Amino acid sequence: MTTVTAGALVPVTIRDRRPLQVIVAGGFLALVVVAAVCAPLLAPHAPDAVDLSASLAGTTSQHPLGTDASGQDLLSRVLYGARSSLLAPLALLALAAVLGITMGTVAAWRGGWVDTLLSRVTDVMYAFPGLLFVVLVIAVFGDGLTTSILALGLAYAPTIARYTRSVALAERSQPYIDAYRVQGMSGARICVRHLVPNLSGALIGYLVVLFGEGLMSLATLSYLGFGAGSPSIDWGLMVQEGQDAVVQGALLPALVPGTAIAAVVVAFNIVGVWVSDRLGHGR
Amino acid sequence: MLLDIEDLTLRLPAGAAARPLLSGVSLRIDRGEVVGLVGESGSGKSTTARAVLRMLPEHAHASGSVRVDGEDVLTMDPARLRAHRSRTVSMIFQDPRSAMNPVRRIGDFLTEPLIRVLGLPKRAAVAKATELLASVGLPDPERRMRQRPHELSGGMLQRVVIAAALCTEPDLLLADEATSALDATTQAEVLALLRGIQAERRESGSGLGTLFITHDLPLAAAYCDRVYVMYAGHVVEHQPARGLFAEPRHPYTRGLLECSPTLGRDHEPRPIPGRPSSLSDALTGCSFAPRCPKAEPECDTWAPVAIPFGGGASAEQEFAACRRLELVTRSST
Amino acid sequence: MLRGLPRRLAGLFATLFAASFVIFAAAYAAPGDPAVLLSGSRQELTPEKLAAVRAQYHLDEPLVVQYGRWLWDSAQGDLGRSFQYRDHVADLIGARLPTTLELVAYATVFFVILGVGSGVLAALRRGWVDSAVVGGTTLAASVPSFVAAIALVSLFGVRLGWFPVTGQGEGFTGRLHHLTLPAFALALGALAVISRVTRQAMAEAYASDHVDAARASGMAERQIVIRHVLRNALGPIVTMCGLVMAGMLAGTVVVETAFGLSGVGSLLVSAISTHDFPVTQAVLLLMVIGYVVVTTLVDLVHPLIDPRVSRGTKRHTAKRVKTA
Repeated sequence: MTTVTAGALVPVTIRDRRPLQVIVAGGFLALVVVAAVCAPLLAPHAPDAVDLSASLAGTTSQHPLGTDASGQDLLSRVLYGARSSLLAPLALLALAAVLGITMGTVAAWRGGWVDTLLSRVTDVMYAFPGLLFVVLVIAVFGDGLTTSILALGLAYAPTIARYTRSVALAERSQPYIDAYRVQGMSGARICVRHLVPNLSGALIGYLVVLFGEGLMSLATLSYLGFGAGSPSIDWGLMVQEGQDAVVQGALLPALVPGTAIAAVVVAFNIVGVWVSDRLGHGR
Repeated sequence: MLLDIEDLTLRLPAGAAARPLLSGVSLRIDRGEVVGLVGESGSGKSTTARAVLRMLPEHAHASGSVRVDGEDVLTMDPARLRAHRSRTVSMIFQDPRSAMNPVRRIGDFLTEPLIRVLGLPKRAAVAKATELLASVGLPDPERRMRQRPHELSGGMLQRVVIAAALCTEPDLLLADEATSALDATTQAEVLALLRGIQAERRESGSGLGTLFITHDLPLAAAYCDRVYVMYAGHVVEHQPARGLFAEPRHPYTRGLLECSPTLGRDHEPRPIPGRPSSLSDALTGCSFAPRCPKAEPECDTWAPVAIPFGGGASAEQEFAACRRLELVTRSST
Repeated sequence: MLRGLPRRLAGLFATLFAASFVIFAAAYAAPGDPAVLLSGSRQELTPEKLAAVRAQYHLDEPLVVQYGRWLWDSAQGDLGRSFQYRDHVADLIGARLPTTLELVAYATVFFVILGVGSGVLAALRRGWVDSAVVGGTTLAASVPSFVAAIALVSLFGVRLGWFPVTGQGEGFTGRLHHLTLPAFALALGALAVISRVTRQAMAEAYASDHVDAARASGMAERQIVIRHVLRNALGPIVTMCGLVMAGMLAGTVVVETAFGLSGVGSLLVSAISTHDFPVTQAVLLLMVIGYVVVTTLVDLVHPLIDPRVSRGTKRHTAKRVKTA
């Protein structure tokens, strides 16, 4: 392969920067994934088992993390909630990555109208601060998890495209690309077989950070009532359902899923930065 | 003696560098003198100049002494050190553009030390700064005061930096490659300006000492009274400028002269073989030995010491740090 | 300084036209008759109501003409009528705007003081202070504002009882008291961004040669920090503060909902849940205009603070942050 592994040239002290943090964060994420997959085995109760007699119970041996207003076990719900809370950003990122990387690569390789279109689309997208573009899409097409994923996927695609375009432009000027062209390889083949794989390091780091952001955005939409709706189990939605209890003094129903969101996002940010540093070749 | 550096050795903590940044550097400047300090980049000439201001590299350990007017700079308390930096010594940096804050005006740059150090009122400081700009030969000084660094050319900026260096009327001027970044004609103008200032101060009775740092040996030989040559943290030779040019004693000095193109000489510029010594090279003997055309096996273990030759008392004592000094001297004549 | 002004203004208007067109034309992207979407609640659709909608939006005319009319009406303050509140949209927004602006202003005070302060501290005191600030900002940047809101209410509202949990308060101090927790929740993410930018800009300014030159001239360290390091770091810091503040308009959507404040942000949420499309359009338009105008202003002010920018040799193109 033509990639020069810059990693081998980087002094060990830099490569191993903050290993402990990264190990803890990575280990935590692995645990969360295992918990999501094995939720049926790990959960002490059915996540939707209503028990009004145990409404808003604090931590007990029966309910280690307490219960919500309907007496549903919070530990079980957080475990099950991890599934949708992790799968939804994965779906959104897959959509955004396919759209964005394709668009960015074509814009960098061909330039011309694709490039112009990309920059116009990004300009308009960037005129909408925060989640407002997504909110507009939801206002038109109605709420729900699928709409949220599609809308966020559309909103993230230009950002990914722009990033891909910048790293692809730098990579394109490498001599090995010219070498393939001289050999008569087609542009599409060079892009798919060589250009994009060589960018994967930089892109993966970027996508890992975006995963945390996507999880946060989806949780926010669910919290606002635009994303996952009852009876599905989702961390953002759980915070919304639990927040009325806060005023009554029962903090766990909102804080347990809230902490889960924050912890997972922190972990993704730490791992993402580390991955970018290691694979990004300093781009 | 205005500046008296004696046996200055600067070490980084173990592991950071294999050899000291400076080893046993001794250097003297009297009032009214222009003394050259010549060497390749990394030889320690800038480090020596910065040591006069006690601007040492981080975590470096210094031994020896750096006396200015008899007072050791290395042991001054912070307040005294600030006064020393602001009043007694001024430094002119190589790149005037990076030495000036790009977001502030020329006027701020010049009046700041006047107001802060000399305690002049704002109005008087502005007047004096304008006068200084005129005296270093900048046309339209009032307008310059309101301009920002990026609006001036490199030569103009170097004049501004010189004006700033002189505004507190220092006794010692450290010119660190002050003309290296300028084109030939501007370089000549700035040198003439510095020489004029030197003469002016000599006439007024308070002689200004100048340490003129450059990598350009012919320039140093032409401009300075005496020249010190540095290599790998050592002073390898010291002579009056004329003697150095006519009869260099250390093989490194000879190499430097031979690799600089000079009009009217009959030979091609010849590069010194090998590469300059780096901080990671641990050497037991003479640090120039690996590149020296005259080196013998004994040179690898010979700890360099200054071997005096010729006449000259105390500060004027000529020396070179070469084991084969006698032989070199004989072969060159 | 004003050389680039016409070009900037042209860019501003181009962006505003494009964004407002997207907001307007979105109704046509929906499947089915746009009149149905625009009329809100899908159940009680009467022919009279549909006719009223068609008249309000001039639906019988070409799209561009409709857009022009809508834009012209909006520019004159006629944002249509809300189907939900049966009220002028402009009045609805007017009544709620002060709360939102107060919230943003209060949050700005928070993030500027705490963000710049912690960033400066981290840049000056290396070691554990630096690590603590960096760790704290990583955490603050990762906590969604609604989670921060719940946590703040739990601790300071319910447990300690220092701040009220609901309501908007009376009088200046009352409002300040009520808005403290919402403003802090809104400011948290921004605070992290500003702290990092400040730390980075200070570190870069510290490393420049003119700081060394100032030190060589005997200037006191304190003066160097103020006059050279902080002064030179000001450009990126002020720019970032402006951009982050502009982005906060969108952040109010979440925070106002979490704290039950009656502002423009929570109006948008309720408008979407009740399919009140005129209100949705109007609030989105308002927020986009506010955001684009403020970011353009920041771009215009930047060269005044940092003359390097106008030369374009060392351009600090502050990345636009999206604060959700």
